[in-house]
Amino acid sequence: MNWHAIRAIYLFEMARTFRTIWQSIVSPVLSTSLYFVVFGTAIGSRIDEVEGVSYGAFIVPGLIMLSAITQSISNGSFGIYFPKFVGTIYEVLSAPVNFIEIVIGYVGAAATKALMIGVIILITANFFVDIRIEHPLAMIAFLLLTCLSFALFGFIIGIWAKNFEQLQLVPLLIVTPLVFLGGSFYSISMLPPAWQTVTLFNPVVYLVSGFRWSFFGVADVALGWSLLAILAFTCLCLTAIWWIFRTGWRIKT
Amino acid sequence: MSAMLSVRDVRKTYQGGGDALKGVSLEIAEGEILALLGPNGAGKTTLISIICGLSTMTGGSVTVGGHDVIRDFRAARRLIGLVPQEIALEPFERVQNTVRLSRGLFGLPAKDGKIEEILRRLSLWDKRDEPIRSLSGGMKRRVLIAKALAHEPRVLFLDEPTAGVDVELRKDMWDIVRDLQAQGVTIILTTHYIEEAEAIADRIGVINKGEILLVEKTAALMKQMGRKRLILELTDPVDTIPDALSHWSLEHGDAPNELVFTYDGHAERTGINRLFADLKTAGLGLRDLTTRQSSLEEIFVGLVHKEGAA
Repeated sequence: MNWHAIRAIYLFEMARTFRTIWQSIVSPVLSTSLYFVVFGTAIGSRIDEVEGVSYGAFIVPGLIMLSAITQSISNGSFGIYFPKFVGTIYEVLSAPVNFIEIVIGYVGAAATKALMIGVIILITANFFVDIRIEHPLAMIAFLLLTCLSFALFGFIIGIWAKNFEQLQLVPLLIVTPLVFLGGSFYSISMLPPAWQTVTLFNPVVYLVSGFRWSFFGVADVALGWSLLAILAFTCLCLTAIWWIFRTGWRIKT
Repeated sequence: MSAMLSVRDVRKTYQGGGDALKGVSLEIAEGEILALLGPNGAGKTTLISIICGLSTMTGGSVTVGGHDVIRDFRAARRLIGLVPQEIALEPFERVQNTVRLSRGLFGLPAKDGKIEEILRRLSLWDKRDEPIRSLSGGMKRRVLIAKALAHEPRVLFLDEPTAGVDVELRKDMWDIVRDLQAQGVTIILTTHYIEEAEAIADRIGVINKGEILLVEKTAALMKQMGRKRLILELTDPVDTIPDALSHWSLEHGDAPNELVFTYDGHAERTGINRLFADLKTAGLGLRDLTTRQSSLEEIFVGLVHKEGAA
């Protein structure tokens, strides 16, 4: 393993994050606060409790997941798309590194940033509602796995994208709806039975459900399914990336 | 001397058809400077991209320092530094950080004084904390060179290093190239400028349409190829060339008062003295003179014709 290379990519990418530190931290804090004002206070005051948890607290895991997923994708895709866009990718491709090292560097940095934002949101949420975390280790593991797998997914989008429009396409048109409809702001038991079945095809449901279980001990779907879903998604992304580097798809001529 | 870089029958066919390289073979000794000349689209950059791992080859093999660039890519690539043709740098990044990334990518620790040494050598040390977008074009090119040298490569590729570069940087660049050669670094550069190749390279390779037409010692090639044009700017326009000058096979120039004489710049006797005497005889007055080395394109035309005739 070329550890120096992994370290160099990781630190280079993290430096990008810290250059835009205000944007990186202030914007998630602000948007989380807005969600609390709108969903937690304005609407939430008319909803009693969901599965024994106050609505304000109930949406916290969903909110963290929402940001973690969208941030992981945008960081993961931008991290690799930008070098492609400005041409600096030549250096990474001509360096003595294999795809595993490249992925650890880029995806590691993207996931780290998303994780940081997740934690910031958790801290922000604490100012609005009382949060209990029943299974802290599982909570960390879920968050970590989610950040990693979606950063991997973002990395694939970044390699696939040929322009900035395409870079936004998948996150906006597919991921955002999936996340919003994935039970971030409601329990799927609140839906009519037919929609409950439809929802089960949304992979994000499993992530939010598992993550929520780590907070309150209640879940929409069995915990095992949540774990399986996230592991399967990670494996799928890893396979795709392995194929991309083996064939040089969209990165080599 | 053993070959530092060995290219054997390298082929590149693009998926949509079209051969970028049609079986290129080349051997370059350690410490040698080779200039690759060729028109746009000849395959120069494709060849470099294949050697450096940016492009996949359809057939053939390449070794660098005895290491196959595919099977033993880590060992091969550690030896290679690449200065690309386009200025590809992250605009918001700082000079020192980007050079540090380069050194790290090639598996070396970032903080050991080497980066300072390289930045000082390229007159970039004072700019080390500047964001790249604030640098001039010439400075950006220096950063590219610094990045390529960050891991102390043994083989350096310079793809069109002097395109759009000012005189000072051009001079600095050739000083650096000579320094590197003195340290035994092998250098492969591509250029459009034959003067440059002539001044710096030990050997010149000419590539056209994906094929190496010839690889020759620079001096030998220049002797063979060095056609020069003497442009005579006359005091008055000439419609027809006077009989007294008919045996000089002069041509009309761009302006009505210009005549062009083509000769072998390396010849012992160019005939210019006698031409001047004949001009005087013909009663033509001279206002100005310019000479021009035959352009690469003209050399190409000559070469390709020769290839066709052979």
